[in-house]
Amino acid sequence: MRRRRAGALAPYFLVLPGGLWLAIFFVVPTAVMLSVSLQTGNVVDGFTQTFDFGVYADAITTYETQFIRSLIFGLIATVTTILLAYPMAYWIAFHAGRNKSNYLFGVLLPFFVSFVIRTVSWKFLLADDGILLGNLKDAGLLPADFHVLATSFAVVAGLTYNFFPFMLLPIYVALERIDPRLLEAADDLYANRRGVLTRVVLPLSMPGVFAGFLLTFVPATSDFVNAYVLGGTNTTMIGNIIQTTYLTNADYPLASAVSFILMAVLLIGIFVYARLLGTRDVLEMSTR
Amino acid sequence: MTQPETPGDAGHCGDPRSGGDLRAAALADPAMLRGLTQARFGRRDLLRFAGLAGGAAFLAACGVSGEKKDSTGDDAASFWKDRTKAGTVDFANWPLYMDVGSTDADHPSLDMFTKETGIKVTYREVIQDNESFFAQIRPTLAADRSIGYDLMVLTNGITLSRVMQLGYLAPLDHARLPTFAANASPSMKNPTYDPGNAFTIPWQSGLTGIAYDPAKTGREITSYDDLFDPKFAGKVGMFGDNQDLPNLALLGTGVDPAKSTPDDWKKAAAKLTAQRRDGIVRKYYDQSYIDALAGGDLWISMAWSGDVYQQIATGTNLKFVVPAEGGLLWTDNMCIPKTAPHPVDAIAYMDFVYRPEVAGMLAEYINYITPVPKAAEHVPADLAKSTLLFPSDDELSRVSRFRVLTTDEETEWNRIFQPVYQS
Repeated sequence: MRRRRAGALAPYFLVLPGGLWLAIFFVVPTAVMLSVSLQTGNVVDGFTQTFDFGVYADAITTYETQFIRSLIFGLIATVTTILLAYPMAYWIAFHAGRNKSNYLFGVLLPFFVSFVIRTVSWKFLLADDGILLGNLKDAGLLPADFHVLATSFAVVAGLTYNFFPFMLLPIYVALERIDPRLLEAADDLYANRRGVLTRVVLPLSMPGVFAGFLLTFVPATSDFVNAYVLGGTNTTMIGNIIQTTYLTNADYPLASAVSFILMAVLLIGIFVYARLLGTRDVLEMSTR
Repeated sequence: MTQPETPGDAGHCGDPRSGGDLRAAALADPAMLRGLTQARFGRRDLLRFAGLAGGAAFLAACGVSGEKKDSTGDDAASFWKDRTKAGTVDFANWPLYMDVGSTDADHPSLDMFTKETGIKVTYREVIQDNESFFAQIRPTLAADRSIGYDLMVLTNGITLSRVMQLGYLAPLDHARLPTFAANASPSMKNPTYDPGNAFTIPWQSGLTGIAYDPAKTGREITSYDDLFDPKFAGKVGMFGDNQDLPNLALLGTGVDPAKSTPDDWKKAAAKLTAQRRDGIVRKYYDQSYIDALAGGDLWISMAWSGDVYQQIATGTNLKFVVPAEGGLLWTDNMCIPKTAPHPVDAIAYMDFVYRPEVAGMLAEYINYITPVPKAAEHVPADLAKSTLLFPSDDELSRVSRFRVLTTDEETEWNRIFQPVYQS
């Protein structure tokens, strides 16, 4: 009986570290955020819990555009990173031979530079009269008022660039894990090259794409650096709103409400996405 | 509605005895036992755990206390009682805001002060921005510790108001400021943001108006409405902040900011939003507008007077106007943190800069509006005539101060204007 009882409790002990981590770093902060969002007051006199749900309506009506824009920017950037990272990961995994790790290191090297510095550097490179556009304009290849900075394109491109490794690495790992004998088997079974790709390689690498999607889409949607540095009018993302509302305006309830809505939208979106992709399999496979 | 958000069994789990109950219940239930021995941590357990943690956090977080200091010792007499000169003062200021001599580290007016009073000045240009500087010093001030500076310069506006509301500034003893009383321009005394100069006295001031390149606009600019001219679409710069932009917009719609109501704010914001929607605004700028204006990206922009003066001095063809509807007068103010270790030395310096010859030395280098009219006698003749340093009475009659907002109004103000410039 005693052994049985110890055995009964073992799962709880095993799950304790993970459970505590989840509680301390996710559940508690989320509850605090929810609580703050329903407070009223100001930073001088303090905030009191009033359960004013109106702040959520305020947040949505005021910042609807930025919410939708962030989701769209995040989605475009994520899909673009998939399209760019997949072929590159495929080539490194199957055709780079002994130099795999060198190529991988080469891809990641720029990302050792600070996130902000990399983004600001793009601002210098792409300035209206900077080294690239300035010379092209002088050569008459571009109209004088052409500009890249301060456009939605610049912001999405910045997001794509900055989150590229978060897409490349999971896809590479998934591809790398594919047993080459499966490809030979497919060949033996008269699959053409396209068939091998679409019916063997792609399905087997889906867990990597799924993981890359999560790692890219979530931070890209809530990013504020790219929009701040590379954007102009009509490019503000929800991360910028949260930053200003929280740090500059010290409007903690509104900032918390906006954060909470963003988190809810992302979680719901990801569950829907997981459902649509039939990702029970994907999730299971990625834990293998 | 006491706790609508608390998960159902949080209170139960919060009870220390409930752990035992849980185990007893679990052991009594064969299905539960089976579940546990099969090493499964079910969704319900997770929810229960989440409920416990969430409930505890929820109870802990009901309300965030304010930072306002209690106001004992807030009157000048009790603050200054028993304070003595220390012979040193630490001064936090903005970049390019002090006269320089043969090298950048050499400040003749500070040397003069040291020579005369024996007070050594440690001068640092550490303030780039009101909000970020305040964010940096706020925790220290809230903890009642010294921030390492006895004197700092903050612009009138939301940040300075907040510092005053929070009770972080030392009240000024005007008995120690005789030169200020004698020489300060009447327009700089007793401002709306600090009645009776209770906590601050001006360092330098500037105007917010419109700057433009006459060659590009093709005509003289006189009005706020010129910023909305479709002919300048994509070449118009506006400020991306919650002070200059909203206040100038209010003036532009014919409303005195000081008397404006939230309805006026919404009207002004709507006009600005339409301006952006029609593609007239290139961008909402910070300090970088002046480079865009000088470089030709902008033809016309909201602007600060001193920046334009400095550009004109380098040969750029720009003009600065206070629009017919009115412009804004802002002031950077010297103030002493309540926790300053050497307040007596700081206030001695504050009084010192109101001597006309010292004010002249500063004005000659800084090129903003000096608070001492008599400084005109101590600067070169062309500067003395400049209306940018010494604005004409006509210009001063057309400028207003930023709206002084209560903390509650501030929330509403930000919620109306932030969506304009963060679009």
